[in-house]
Amino acid sequence: MSQMTRSNAEVSTSAAIPAPRRSRTVPYVVGALGLLLAAVPFIDATIPGVFTGPMSSPGTLQILAVGLVFAGVAMSYDLLLGYTGLLSLGHAFYFALGLYGTNLGMRLFELSYVPAVVLALVFTLVVALVFGSVALRVRGVAFAMVTLAFAEAFHVFVEADPARISGGEEGLSLDTSYVPDLFTGVVNTRWVYWLALGFALLTFAICRQAVASRAGRVWQAIRENEDRVELLGLVPFRFKLLSFGLSAVLAAGGGAVYLLLVRGATPGAASSVFTLNLIIMVVLGGLGRLWGAALGGLVFGYLQLRLPGIARSGVFEPLPDWLEGPLTEPLFILGTLFVVLVMFAPGGLASLPERLGLKRGER
Amino acid sequence: MSLQVFVLLSVTGLGLAGVYFLIASGLSLIFGLMDVLNLAHGLFFTVGSYATWWVMTRFGFIGSLGLRFAVALVVAAAMGLAVGWATERFFVRRFYGDHVTQILITLGLSLAGVALIGGWFSYDPRTFPVPELFRQVVVIAGARIPVSRLLILLVSVVLLIALLTFLRRTRHGLIIRAGVENRDMVQAMGIDVAKSFTLVFAIGGLLAAVGGVLGGVFFAGITPEFGLNVLIFAFIVVVIGGLGSVEGTALSAVIVGLTQQFVNFYAGAGVGDLTVVVLLAATLLLRPQGLLGEVAR
Repeated sequence: MSQMTRSNAEVSTSAAIPAPRRSRTVPYVVGALGLLLAAVPFIDATIPGVFTGPMSSPGTLQILAVGLVFAGVAMSYDLLLGYTGLLSLGHAFYFALGLYGTNLGMRLFELSYVPAVVLALVFTLVVALVFGSVALRVRGVAFAMVTLAFAEAFHVFVEADPARISGGEEGLSLDTSYVPDLFTGVVNTRWVYWLALGFALLTFAICRQAVASRAGRVWQAIRENEDRVELLGLVPFRFKLLSFGLSAVLAAGGGAVYLLLVRGATPGAASSVFTLNLIIMVVLGGLGRLWGAALGGLVFGYLQLRLPGIARSGVFEPLPDWLEGPLTEPLFILGTLFVVLVMFAPGGLASLPERLGLKRGER
Repeated sequence: MSLQVFVLLSVTGLGLAGVYFLIASGLSLIFGLMDVLNLAHGLFFTVGSYATWWVMTRFGFIGSLGLRFAVALVVAAAMGLAVGWATERFFVRRFYGDHVTQILITLGLSLAGVALIGGWFSYDPRTFPVPELFRQVVVIAGARIPVSRLLILLVSVVLLIALLTFLRRTRHGLIIRAGVENRDMVQAMGIDVAKSFTLVFAIGGLLAAVGGVLGGVFFAGITPEFGLNVLIFAFIVVVIGGLGSVEGTALSAVIVGLTQQFVNFYAGAGVGDLTVVVLLAATLLLRPQGLLGEVAR
């Protein structure tokens, strides 16, 4: 048996990817949570230690909105890794296409925000189908390396900027004259926040429908055993490409919302580090469960933005220097937490209730 | 194209190829033998460069820079060996047969390790003093070639020969080569392949750390994230060369290094990097198993 097929077939036996499942209660919980989150801009209370300002302050909404965008993008990545078993190391590419594409659509073609987003999504779909069909010629680890290389090529392209359009290392700031007034200015952070929430909920709904559809069932079959799917007379390539394309477009949607949040596009969003962060999110939350991935995205966004603040507040001050330095690095804490979870609690945060014996009999 | 420029670009490209080879060969062997995509390999590289920086700036009691650099090379190699060994022994070994978990673990280690180094030494680029000899130039065919480039080339070639000799002439090497070919068969013959797993990780760590030392000299500076950037090109080198083939990795490192240098020089910065990715795509379409890879892959 060849190496590539072997490594792909063994993906299904990984402890890190539990079999996906579908709970009837999840949509209600997510719906209720969505309503609660939608009300946050009207809550003036403060939660000391968790957020610095009141819940309705632009700073807090910004952190939550970034978390919600990450939640949506993490769910789109879960379609690939958790449901189809494709380990892509290039998802940042598609997120960045949405980010840069929308920005360039506005700047180059003088489109307003919404048409620019639509154009960027269509463009992303085309790019994903072309690059996806090349990358999907190989399986398993080679697929991971190829997607990584394509994404890195794009990263180099926007950073070196040979075509003089992407603004190089500085990035490309958002020209607010093309954006509806509702989404500009610090006072209107709540509207961007609601947009991010809408994106996360819409992504959840689309992903949930997709994984329950006929194609979604084939994805999960591919994840379990690709050779057997082929034996049944189906062409796995087409289904994998569909999964790749859908997840790329959803990630690009996240990029388009992120543009309004951070008011610009920088090469960091296209870097492989962002893809690696996405992997941390979905694994942290729990692969193969959409709400797990979403939770991972929220937690990651929160920790990434809040940990430096917590570190600066001086709680680590009494510690010796060799410990204090690393503890002020969000990625040190997140990376270590990630390794511990992968080693001792594969299935992520989503599996913890079960692991602790709080939930029984569902399996 | 004048001859001087050609010679200079060739030597620089070969120097880059040497750095790529050192990081890619371990990656390729680890993958060939164990099917593990080791994302922590960039960390081994970074460990090597920071070990050098540490020795070069803190070991002031060694007066001669040349001697200090030799010590740095040995310290870096030893640390790479130790980190590679520990990664396999304490993390990867626990998850044999579960490739996704192994990849995820090495990914987490890589991110946490880079942040650890960033926390200790800061993310600012660092430079370390190099022996006077490195700055001198030799004139070859009218081109002024820095000695450091030639030295990088020399060290890489020596390590390539050492690695090939080890693989071809020793019993451990034989087991590794047989394991790359067919791991199950080696195990069936009563040989403990797990020992070879640890060994290739340690060797890979050593080679990558030496790559980190030379990379620090080649790029005249180091940052904690640097290993990850080089790792991406190392992946490309490994895939083009053929997974598991040391000779293929060496050949492909030369092709990638030269292409990158020449195209970056003549077509503008960044274009060479893009060309390399196009080479990768072409390889996958025309010869998915890589230049010298086995057909079966």
